[in-house]
Amino acid sequence: MTDAPAIDRSRDISQPLDRLSADERMKDASDQLRGTIAIGLLDRITGAVPSADDVKLMKFHGIYQQDDRDVRDERRRQKLEPAFQFMIRVRLPGGVCTPAQWLKLDELARAHGGETLRITTRQTFQFHWVLKDSLRPIIQGLHDTLLDTVAACGDDSRGVMCTVDPQSSRFHAEVAALAKRVSDHVIPKTRAYHEIWYGNERVAGSEAGAGPEEPFYGRTYMPRKFKIGFALPPSNDIDVYAQDLGFIAIGGEEGLEGFNVVIGGGMGRTDQAPETYPRLASPVGFVPADRVIACADAVMAVQRDYGDRKDRQRARFKYTIDDKGLDWIKGEIERLMGAPFEGARPFTFTSNGDSYGWNTTPDGRHHRTLVIENGRLDLRLLDALRDVARVHRGTFRLTPNQNVIIAGVRDDDRPAIDAILAEHLPEPDDFSVLRRNAIACVALPTCGLAMAESERYLPGLLDKIEAIMAEHGLSGEPITVRMSGCPNGCSRPYIAEIGLTGRAPGKYNLYLGGGFHGERLNRMIRENIGEAAILEVLSDVIGRYSREREPGEHFGDFTIRAGIVREVTEGRFFND
Amino acid sequence: MTASELPGIPLSPEQWRQVEALSRSLDPMQVRWLSGYFAGLDAGLRQPHQPQPAFSAAASSRALTILYGTETGNAAELGKALQARASEKGLACTVSDMADYKVRQLAQEQDVLIVVSTYGEGDPPQPATGFFEFVEGRKAPKLDGARFAVLALGDSTYEYYCQAGKRLDARFEELGAERLAPRVDCDVDYEDAAESWIAAMVDRLAAEAQAAPAPPAPPAATAASPVAAPSLHDKRNPFPAPVIENLAIVGRGSSKETRHIEFSLAGSGLTYEPGDALGIAASNDPAVVSGLLDALGIAPDARFELKGQGFSLGEALTHRFEITAATPRFLDYWALLSEAAELKQLQHEDRAGERSVFLRTHHIADIVRRFPVADIQPQRFVSALRPLQPRLYSLASSLSAAPDEAHLTVAPVRYTLHGSARSGVASGLLADRAEPDTVLPVYIQNNPHFRLPADDTPILMIGAGTGVAPYRAFLQEREARGAGGKSWLFFGERNFRTDFLYQIEWQGWLKDGTLSRMDVAFSRDRAEKTYVQHRMKEQARDVFAWLEDGAHVYVCGDAANLAPDVHQALIDIVAGEAHTGREAAEDYVRSLQADHRYQRDVY
Repeated sequence: MTDAPAIDRSRDISQPLDRLSADERMKDASDQLRGTIAIGLLDRITGAVPSADDVKLMKFHGIYQQDDRDVRDERRRQKLEPAFQFMIRVRLPGGVCTPAQWLKLDELARAHGGETLRITTRQTFQFHWVLKDSLRPIIQGLHDTLLDTVAACGDDSRGVMCTVDPQSSRFHAEVAALAKRVSDHVIPKTRAYHEIWYGNERVAGSEAGAGPEEPFYGRTYMPRKFKIGFALPPSNDIDVYAQDLGFIAIGGEEGLEGFNVVIGGGMGRTDQAPETYPRLASPVGFVPADRVIACADAVMAVQRDYGDRKDRQRARFKYTIDDKGLDWIKGEIERLMGAPFEGARPFTFTSNGDSYGWNTTPDGRHHRTLVIENGRLDLRLLDALRDVARVHRGTFRLTPNQNVIIAGVRDDDRPAIDAILAEHLPEPDDFSVLRRNAIACVALPTCGLAMAESERYLPGLLDKIEAIMAEHGLSGEPITVRMSGCPNGCSRPYIAEIGLTGRAPGKYNLYLGGGFHGERLNRMIRENIGEAAILEVLSDVIGRYSREREPGEHFGDFTIRAGIVREVTEGRFFND
Repeated sequence: MTASELPGIPLSPEQWRQVEALSRSLDPMQVRWLSGYFAGLDAGLRQPHQPQPAFSAAASSRALTILYGTETGNAAELGKALQARASEKGLACTVSDMADYKVRQLAQEQDVLIVVSTYGEGDPPQPATGFFEFVEGRKAPKLDGARFAVLALGDSTYEYYCQAGKRLDARFEELGAERLAPRVDCDVDYEDAAESWIAAMVDRLAAEAQAAPAPPAPPAATAASPVAAPSLHDKRNPFPAPVIENLAIVGRGSSKETRHIEFSLAGSGLTYEPGDALGIAASNDPAVVSGLLDALGIAPDARFELKGQGFSLGEALTHRFEITAATPRFLDYWALLSEAAELKQLQHEDRAGERSVFLRTHHIADIVRRFPVADIQPQRFVSALRPLQPRLYSLASSLSAAPDEAHLTVAPVRYTLHGSARSGVASGLLADRAEPDTVLPVYIQNNPHFRLPADDTPILMIGAGTGVAPYRAFLQEREARGAGGKSWLFFGERNFRTDFLYQIEWQGWLKDGTLSRMDVAFSRDRAEKTYVQHRMKEQARDVFAWLEDGAHVYVCGDAANLAPDVHQALIDIVAGEAHTGREAAEDYVRSLQADHRYQRDVY
């Protein structure tokens, strides 16, 4: 090995398993993610998968076991087990799917997913309310349309994101294809998924210990999840600074030239644990387009080999970077990549929001962005989009702001699509600017981590914030508002101009000062407060913003300049 | 005064003179007979609280056998009462449950008194099935010289009223036995009619015995079944038990309404065993009472007399009479009063089918409303009604796990008739008007035909819906006893998500080994319906192995479908696994029943 002597390796994969966390031993003993999942699926006495290890392993297969927390206590009194159900996350690199795939997803959601689909903040679909017996039908149904759920969760590379904003479409096809190649490259290679969900026979030679089923991941995969995303300036819709590994597309006259690379972003933190914090990804330089795969391999290998495997709270890449030093990490990446980073190229981001309504790109195609509040496709929206999918000849794109773009519409198809939308969604743009720029995670009742409401609560809170905005004549002003039901931050609340993370039912931490296009973390201004206090603070600060702001100044920038919150310059200072 | 003039002899001089005179007139055989008689008299007198037998009583020269066939225990109670009364009169007799009776003895019987209830659609009580099969089958012996009488219990709301009794009555005659007295059919208010029959039979046989003295048989002391110690609270004197828990135990969105209800028995002195039932002396829904009073046009405080007691009609209809399901007797009564052509037509013999449909779809209030009659006399009206009967629920608890408590699993009976919602008398009361702290009259109904075997014997428990209740009691008991025997539960309901009754308790018992295996069938979770018998057949090899291993089989729940389907499944499993023919498999299952290894509590 070529470790610099200063590098502490006491917490990484070089250590014997018994010195690492229990999850590392669990992964090692899982027979490459098989565990006893197939047996647990047959257990008719419980709606859960009975083994706790299998519950964890199923995340690697894109499946979260959850229960309806609204009825948890009621069912305990009824002498019934919790209302177990599963969330299934589809792997959809770049958030692009065909109309045929849409129709299949729609059909499966109606049959097995409580007649709803959810668009996530990482550009994919989630089925919720799925019962154990419906897992295989859904996964096999997805397989029919060439979709799967491999590694949509778990300690591996999650679905790869890619900007879909039509304003950035010059290289969209090229970059989206690259995103898909990277996704395919980094997914686990184990056949466990095919055996368990498709019922494929186990291939000879893959028996436990027979050989490396996972040439890259080995037997213990990554220390934690690993997120990759591609951004196409001027849109930073994917929040590239929130990725473990972000690629920012740089184009020239000749087309796509390559990417600026940023590493070590991540939102998750834990309340009352100051050693945890959100972090924005750090720029490390530029790579030409043909080196993207090698770069991704090298970055992931560094995290695989040096990431903390003793403490899962500190296992994300961002801590590895801060613990080992950015320069050392960069050097290690360059060594594995076999080439140095070039100097970063200039670029400009203007927003991390979506462009709404119809947009037309230079290729003459039209793109219609539909606002889907909190990404929740209810039956009304499913009906509308099913009708669209039946006539649409382009693609659907899911945005990181949980919206849907009907993309690549030809001139002559546009009237038909307009007619369908007008029929189902008579008031398509009935959303304030504030609401369009808001994100909430799922939280209660299905997410096991949620401490407070999010998706079900944010719309009502936004009504009240809108009233404050109107009072101060700011109704047209875009401000990003993001809410998460827990500190893990699925809605990326720590880079919102107004961030809220749940602490307890009805209680939230309030954060201000994030950058409008995701370039700066926010800072907590009040801890564990209820709605009245939240509105009191916001009323005061928004009032000042209306009176004291400079022309074109964003709300987050204003709160820093006015001294309402101190700027967070680096993640590790977030808790200061 | 009884002071004796003869030291050491506790008799008056007059008594002694009578004894002396009698003894001089006796031959040796008569002396032997009398010595037996006095010995029996002595045994009878030693039992406390027993009335002194009439001095003129005599022992019978013919052997008397009392057979009862019982489902809920009423016929057993009557059989034992009959035995006690016969013994008081000095009649030697044995009493036997048809379930335990050695059918080969039948050919030797002389006098046979039968008390039998009817179950379902004219069927015998389940434990008596084997007896009926024998008596009604080809192997039944000629009974020339034997005599018999039948007391038939039934429920006149069923089409095949007292049918089991009618079948035995006809069959014994066919086999050549002489009918001692015409059969008596009793409705659910059987007590008075049964009492008269018992008195008449005992008097008749005692009188015959007196007329034809015979060698004595030892009376009383030879009771075949011990008479149960009288408990403070029973059916006639129920205990007012407070409800301590009452909650729906099906999840949101269930098509069922099943409830778990707990009573406190503290201070009652009531005890029970797993498998027993709780009787609830339910009262009628006040809304149903007032609806009926409205329909009758009578004020609730209208007074009348019954058996020398004064009642208000409202009170009587609430607590004393069945006022929902109409009986053929009520139909006859109302046809007479109303002179309605439609009702009169239904009385025709050949209209039995329509009649039973009409009775199923018309409650008493519906009939009263549809065929109004003016100036009804309360006393005449109630005379057409049946007394309100307690309802029985299998106990879902064991005293060793829940001391002084009685738990029930109740699925309220709900349906709509003529546009209005109806509920079962007791289940509606338990679901709608039995909040915690409500006090309801309860008693224990023993169910000796549904009992746990020895601790190390494997048990196979099959139940659907509320039929799972006694298995909760079984497992509570086995857990408390640390019983080592294997156990396997088959449970069926409609939907896994909402209707998996006591799910977390079974899961706990599976985890700690109290329950060895569990298979479930939820019929409405998918297009093709799956029931417990399908799960049994899927596991045929193991089920048969358990049977071969001596497992006891229990079936509890629906009588119309579950019981016959499971029965058939058992036969199929035996036939398939033992590679025998159908008849041999049926014999195998029959012998399980005969050995009390196959017990049912179905309703």
